[in-house]
Amino acid sequence: MVPKIVIINTRAANVHSVDKALRKVGADPVITSDPQQLISADAAVLPGVGASDSVMTALNSLRLTNPVKQFAASGRPLLCICIGLQVLFNSSEEGELPGLGLVQGSVQLIRPGMKDKFGNQMKVPHIGWNEVHFTDGETERNPIFKGIPQGSHFYFVHSYRCVPDEQSEIAATTNYGVEVCAAVVRDNVIGTQFHPEKSGSIGLQIYKNFFNLTLSVQQ
Amino acid sequence: MLTRRVIPCLDVDAGRVVKGVSFVDIRDAGDPSTLAAFYNDEGADELVFLDITASSDARNTMVEVVEKVSSEVFIPLTVGGGIRSVDNMRKMLEAGADKVSINSAAVINPELIEECAKEFGSQCVVLAMDVKRNIDETTKQYSSSTTVEGISWQVYTHGGRHPTTLDAMQWAKRATECGAGELLVTSMDADGQKTGYDNSLLSSISDSVSVPVIASGGAGALEHFYDALVYGKSDAVLAASLFHFGELRVSEVKSYLEDRGIPVRKVE
Repeated sequence: MVPKIVIINTRAANVHSVDKALRKVGADPVITSDPQQLISADAAVLPGVGASDSVMTALNSLRLTNPVKQFAASGRPLLCICIGLQVLFNSSEEGELPGLGLVQGSVQLIRPGMKDKFGNQMKVPHIGWNEVHFTDGETERNPIFKGIPQGSHFYFVHSYRCVPDEQSEIAATTNYGVEVCAAVVRDNVIGTQFHPEKSGSIGLQIYKNFFNLTLSVQQ
Repeated sequence: MLTRRVIPCLDVDAGRVVKGVSFVDIRDAGDPSTLAAFYNDEGADELVFLDITASSDARNTMVEVVEKVSSEVFIPLTVGGGIRSVDNMRKMLEAGADKVSINSAAVINPELIEECAKEFGSQCVVLAMDVKRNIDETTKQYSSSTTVEGISWQVYTHGGRHPTTLDAMQWAKRATECGAGELLVTSMDADGQKTGYDNSLLSSISDSVSVPVIASGGAGALEHFYDALVYGKSDAVLAASLFHFGELRVSEVKSYLEDRGIPVRKVE
C-alpha cells in the first residue's frame, strides 16, 4: 500500500514546494490541517517559513499542537523544516509563544556584525547555499542522510538558529560566522534548518530517503 | 561558508522569455521551463522570473509558468512584475514561488511591503528597485542625500519609465525597515551596457542595509561578477541576456569566481 504522508498545512509555510518535491520522488502526499488525517498518517512533514509565532498560532488554532506531539511520540517519521524545526524547541527569541518542546533547547537570533574574509558584513537573514557538515558517521548511521556527501550545499533562509541542550542531537552544522545547527535528529523526529525542497538534486535525495524510511516503517 | 549566488533572470512576456537592452528593443529568448531546467543543470543558485506584461490574462499565464517550473526545478524561484497586493503575492507563492519581488506598487504604497512581510514573512519579500544616477542639477534637487563621491541615485518605477522623488539609499533603508528581506538593485545606467555593474551604487546600498543585496544590470564579462561581489559588496549577482544568448555560461562564471577565492556552489 502507498504510505500516507501528510504535509501539515499551517498556512504559514511553503507546503506546495514540499508537495512537489515529494511527488518528484514518487510519494503521494496529502496537504491538510485536519488533525484526524495526521493521526492516521504513516509519516508527516511540518514545513514552515516566516515567523515561529505564526506557525505556533496556526497549530494552536487548528488544534494541531497535541496531535503533532502525539505523532512525534508514536515513533512514525516526522520531518520538520526550517521554522518547522524551530518550533520543536521550548522557546524562541523570535516569538512569545512557547514551542512544542519536543527538543530541549532554545532558538536564538543570529546577530549581525560578523565579517567575511573580504571584510564585508555578514547579513541577517542568512540566505543562500551553505556547506553542511554532518556529525561523524551521521550519513551512514542515519537513513535520512544516506548518500549525501559530506560538505554538500543546501539552501538556507533564516534569521534564528537552534541551540539544542543536548549536543548529541545535532546531526549537522553549517558555518555563518557562528556555528549554526543545520539538522537535528531525535529518534523519529528529523529537523533541517535548510530547505531540502529548494536544494536541487541533493535536497531531493533527502525526500527520497524520507519516502524510503516511510516505506520501511510501514512494513 | 555561505556561497555567493549566481542568478539568471528571465523576463517573461505571455509565457515566453524575453530580454530588452536598456529596457527597450525586446527580443524573444525562449521557453521558461526549458531555460529553468537548463540553468538548474548549469548550477544556477536561484531563478528570477519577471513578468513584464501587465495585462490580467498574462498574470494567469505567469501563474502557470511558475506552477510548471516549480514542479520540475527544485531551486529557489523569485517571481516579480506587476505584483500589487497580498493576494497577487499569495497566488504566486501558492503556484510554487519562494519569493515575490515588488517594485512600483511598493513605491506607491510602502505599507504593501509590511503587509506582505507580515503575511508571509520577510524572507518571501524581495524589494526590486530600478535606479538611475542623478546627472544634472534639475534631477539633483529631488534628492537630499549625496553618497559615494557625491553621486546620488534616483528611484524609477514602471519598468524605468517613471522617475520618482525617492533617493535610492533612503528607499533601500525604508523598504528594509518595512520588512523587505532582500533587495534586487538594478542600475538603469548600466543595464544592457555590458560594461559592469554600478559598484558604487551596490556598495552604498549594501552598507546601508542589513539584508542581502542582489546586483543587477551591466554584466558583460567574467570580472564584472567578481567586482560586484567584492567591490559592490553584493551577496548575489544577476544577469539575463548574457546567459540567455550563451555569451557566458553560469558554470563558467562560477569557475571564474571560485578560482579567485569567492565561495560558490559547484554542481557535478
